[in-house]
Amino acid sequence: MAEIPTSDYPTIDPTSFDLIVSGTGLSASLLAAAASVAGKSVLHIDPNSFYGSHFSSLPLPSFLSYISSASSSPNLYSDVETSSESLPEPSRSFLVDLVGPRLLYCSDETVDLLLRSGASHHVEFKSVDSSLVYWDGKLCSVPDSRQAIFKDKSLGLAEKSQMMKFFKLVQSHIALTRSGTTVESGEEAGVMIPEEDLEMPFVEFLKKQRLPPKIRALVLYAIAMADYEQDNGDSCKMVVSTREGIETISLYTSSIGRFANAIGAFIYPMYGHGELPQAFCRCAAVKGALYVLRMPVIDILTDMESNKYIGVRLASGQEIFSSQLVLDPSYEIPASLSPRENIVSSNLSSYVARGVCITNRSLELNSANILLVFPPKSLHQEQLTAVRALQISANVAVCPSGFFIVHLSTPCEDAALGKEYITSAMKALFNSRELPAESVEAQTKEEGESVEAPTQEEGETKPTLLWSCAFVQELREASYDGAASICPMPDANLDFRNILSTTRKLFQNMYPGEEFIPQNSAPDNIDDDADEGSPE
Amino acid sequence: MHGRPRKATKQEDPAAAAAKSARLRELQSQLLHFHHNRIYTKEAVSVSSKLLEINPEIYTGWNYRKLAFQHNLKEVSDTDTIKSAIEDELRMVEVALRRNPKSYGAWYHRKWILGQKLVPANFDHEFRLLDMLLEADARNFHGWNYRRFIARLKDVSEEEELKFTMDMINANFSNYSAWHNRSMLLSKLLTKKVKGFHEEESILTDEFELVRQALFTDPSDQSGWFYHLWLLDQTSTPHKPHLVSSWPSDKLNIEISSQFKEKCERFPIIFCFNQQVDGINLATATVNSKLVSSEHITWKPLSANNSTKSKIWVAFLENFNKYCENSEEGLSFEISVHCCESIVHLKFAMKLSHMDHQGKNRDGFEELFLWDCPKSQEINPYLVSSDQWRLRVESVEEDAKWHLDTLSAEIALFKMSECDEDSKFVKLTLARLLGAHNSIKSGGSSYFEEILKLYDDLIKLDAPHYRYYRDERSLVLLDQLTSSKDSLVEYSSRCENSSFSCINPQLCINFSGLNLTRIGFVERLLWVQILDLSHNSLTSISGLEALQLLVCLNLSHNQIMSFTAVEPIKSLQSLKVLDLSFNEIGSHPVDTTRYLCSSPLSHTCDVPEAMEELAKENIQIGDFWEAILLFKSLRLVQLDMQGNPVTNDRFRVLVEKVNPCLKWLDGKPVC
Repeated sequence: MAEIPTSDYPTIDPTSFDLIVSGTGLSASLLAAAASVAGKSVLHIDPNSFYGSHFSSLPLPSFLSYISSASSSPNLYSDVETSSESLPEPSRSFLVDLVGPRLLYCSDETVDLLLRSGASHHVEFKSVDSSLVYWDGKLCSVPDSRQAIFKDKSLGLAEKSQMMKFFKLVQSHIALTRSGTTVESGEEAGVMIPEEDLEMPFVEFLKKQRLPPKIRALVLYAIAMADYEQDNGDSCKMVVSTREGIETISLYTSSIGRFANAIGAFIYPMYGHGELPQAFCRCAAVKGALYVLRMPVIDILTDMESNKYIGVRLASGQEIFSSQLVLDPSYEIPASLSPRENIVSSNLSSYVARGVCITNRSLELNSANILLVFPPKSLHQEQLTAVRALQISANVAVCPSGFFIVHLSTPCEDAALGKEYITSAMKALFNSRELPAESVEAQTKEEGESVEAPTQEEGETKPTLLWSCAFVQELREASYDGAASICPMPDANLDFRNILSTTRKLFQNMYPGEEFIPQNSAPDNIDDDADEGSPE
Repeated sequence: MHGRPRKATKQEDPAAAAAKSARLRELQSQLLHFHHNRIYTKEAVSVSSKLLEINPEIYTGWNYRKLAFQHNLKEVSDTDTIKSAIEDELRMVEVALRRNPKSYGAWYHRKWILGQKLVPANFDHEFRLLDMLLEADARNFHGWNYRRFIARLKDVSEEEELKFTMDMINANFSNYSAWHNRSMLLSKLLTKKVKGFHEEESILTDEFELVRQALFTDPSDQSGWFYHLWLLDQTSTPHKPHLVSSWPSDKLNIEISSQFKEKCERFPIIFCFNQQVDGINLATATVNSKLVSSEHITWKPLSANNSTKSKIWVAFLENFNKYCENSEEGLSFEISVHCCESIVHLKFAMKLSHMDHQGKNRDGFEELFLWDCPKSQEINPYLVSSDQWRLRVESVEEDAKWHLDTLSAEIALFKMSECDEDSKFVKLTLARLLGAHNSIKSGGSSYFEEILKLYDDLIKLDAPHYRYYRDERSLVLLDQLTSSKDSLVEYSSRCENSSFSCINPQLCINFSGLNLTRIGFVERLLWVQILDLSHNSLTSISGLEALQLLVCLNLSHNQIMSFTAVEPIKSLQSLKVLDLSFNEIGSHPVDTTRYLCSSPLSHTCDVPEAMEELAKENIQIGDFWEAILLFKSLRLVQLDMQGNPVTNDRFRVLVEKVNPCLKWLDGKPVC
């Protein structure tokens, strides 16, 4: 990709912009779009031949070379390990998300932004069919609504009633919070969660509601999407407060039914998450931003006297000037520019281990797109973080029909440990291909002896793993120094909410007082919600 | 729609509203004109379409269309014409239903059209329409009703419809209509014993499991509880009616006092069944006796509304003391009752007793009867045998194992959830479950105290329905008091007064001051002759009509509001002493129940001759005719009416006139 002859580089005219953005990740693309909407002149370039940078969805071979490529330095991806050299064919028909597993809540801000900016015209979404949790060595559906609790086969009667009571409390709290009324005594207005309870750890609040461990785990990890084991008290890395937990549940419930044609709370973009940055780039382009791909920045230009940023030198040799610069987290600041250390060290906070699996059978009958959570300790006693997995299918056009891609991720501080969680989650879900004979033998034995091991329901066997890959990605935080910003890496979350709020902050630093993609900035006033999910 | 706030009707522009109503009036008068003159032309019919499209509630419009439809197709045999006429009607109804999906007239019209079966119906279209309707409001009972109609017309199997109810319940279990249809379909499948539905017990077990999921997910949702109540009914009520008690009971020897002054001409035989039955007659209830032939016996149902069905059937042996006198060794009877494939045999005997009882009031009503019968520790001769019907139930207990097990499991489950929840549904269901368990398994560890406490809790917890809970509580209390000899002995006593009744001694039950609001379990009290129900909270005494042996009845200090409320005593032919003092008769100027009862206006009874006399006394009989009808059918000797708003001097005159046998009124002798 980097070997395109210099002569092929186009000359850019004009040579001065308000903003230069290098890299087309989601955050960078949002900044480009927001700046364009705010009337800034924007040059948006990318060293790659494709849009999306670390937020891209790539054909399987390109995906592998992207994460293994030594050229992507500083080394954001490491410990890449694949199950076999031979890729499932046709390998280019498998579109793999770099950010997976990831979803959008129907009601989250990303969706609002897509609608507000008009980017929604360029993306189409499909619903996630079901939500599962791995518990006691089995996959159970997540009872996330009144009807789901009613239908659930794994919950006991008392558990059902406790869970429903908890949901009712949360719903009443949410309703009262939304209507903005304070609790009126005497009226049958419902109950609000008291302020002091909102501050306490969510897990303590759940205990206070007398919810049993299984339901606590369901709520914490499969509904409120907590990443770290919450029962550890002070030693827990990220304690979810009741307020945060309730907010996520609130988002979850308001997501259900937002769009008439969406089944549950979550949606996934057709052709993968790489479509999202691309859609925002299109918005920026509509507002006048200039786009050049395959155009690396080879140097950053500073004012000799003040040592302040003034522009960039492109691979074409051309020098372009701007007052603001946005860089991709993978951009390596040339050594010549040592004084600008604060840009170089975009802080490494921790790691996220990711996995990609390809199978030819769904994890659950009659569902194509499935969200799955392994709560802490569900895989083994030492497991401290939740592992999330997302199965996507041909109906979101990421693989040939009959195949399924399963993305997995878990946050980790230790790369090896993270990968271990990912591999044990894979083992829990799939039969590995290497030992087909043995596994069959083992199963027949189990059936014959009717051992206590939890056999799959109705003698169903696990899907077989055709190919898998695990790797570790560094988590780098965004930074800003007055003229140059570095965008964040895809985080370990299920949604883009954190990326979005970081991006919003970066924008506010760059252009204080400007609104971040205001309402009605869509080019044409097409009725917003109506076209959601409709074909392009 | 349920749970959704109704949208306020849009404020219409007054001019537009006026124009609309003018148009409606215009169309309506046109329609009536066509209707009266039987004009069924195309133009005329289209006027009705226009009218019904705006307002589908005009029933006359639908009727007119039916007549027009029949008239226009009378001599048509061409299928296409008929088809297009039907399609027009169906389209018309569809438009009307879009305007109001709950229009009775429109739904009925659609059924009527399809019910003609002139051409094969397009069922696909009908089911599509239903799907659309139930999607808009899954609980619209018109829709469900119509679905049943269409399913029957198309001959859709009940299993298939059962699956549909399951789908609807899975989509939203707060759907009373779906649960209700499920109970209807299951009843049919179980009665027909369709393949896969032979084993009622396993089917019902599965249904219990299903409804539990709803009850525990959301105990505040009512629809599941209704279904649970239906299941409970299936589990606790025997399907076939059976005889629960009788007077005289089996193997009873009755002593007839020879000193009885009055000619005791009628001796009652009473049957109590567990549910309403009909067809008790000489063929199904045969009497075998030396001296009394069956021709002397006529079986009659005791019912308030002249129904041929009743839980209680009575026959009278006429002139029986004549037979008694003629036979020294006594009369023995054998009765066989055929009811629902089972036969019950009863034997009893009567003997004339010349023994001189130490009766105090041998001279009958020369003295005022006082309600202080001496308490007796002596075992009541009839009590022993009153328990015999229970023995019969014991014998079927082997078959009731599943029923008891199921009830016990449900009881355990709801006891668990009752602990951490103050839900009225849980408490009420638990009370009903415990009651059902009691009714199947008598004796041993009965749950009476627990049930009474649950109803006490409910009265506090759910004040708006306290009347219902008090009624239920009264029944449980009466069940408890009458459940065994030991408990009943506490309340029984005896009285010997040969002028009251030929059956001596008279047995008294004193249920005063128990806070009763209604009467029940009369089948266990058929032998009672003196009953004290004073100082309760009775507003009605229905059920008492079964106590055909009653001679004295004390209803003082209750909350009886009208004479119609005591109408059941009209059929108590032996009643001599009645105390109605300190009730609320006459407190309400309008007796709202009077229209349900017989009246001179309904020509069901003769106007008493006394009325003319009363008119002379300047008494408005119109104000008192309930009282007149009541007393006229009785032969009371002693009556207490004081402390009722209705009582005044004129009323007293009236009472004396219509009660010629009366000797004592309000504690004073009648001159």
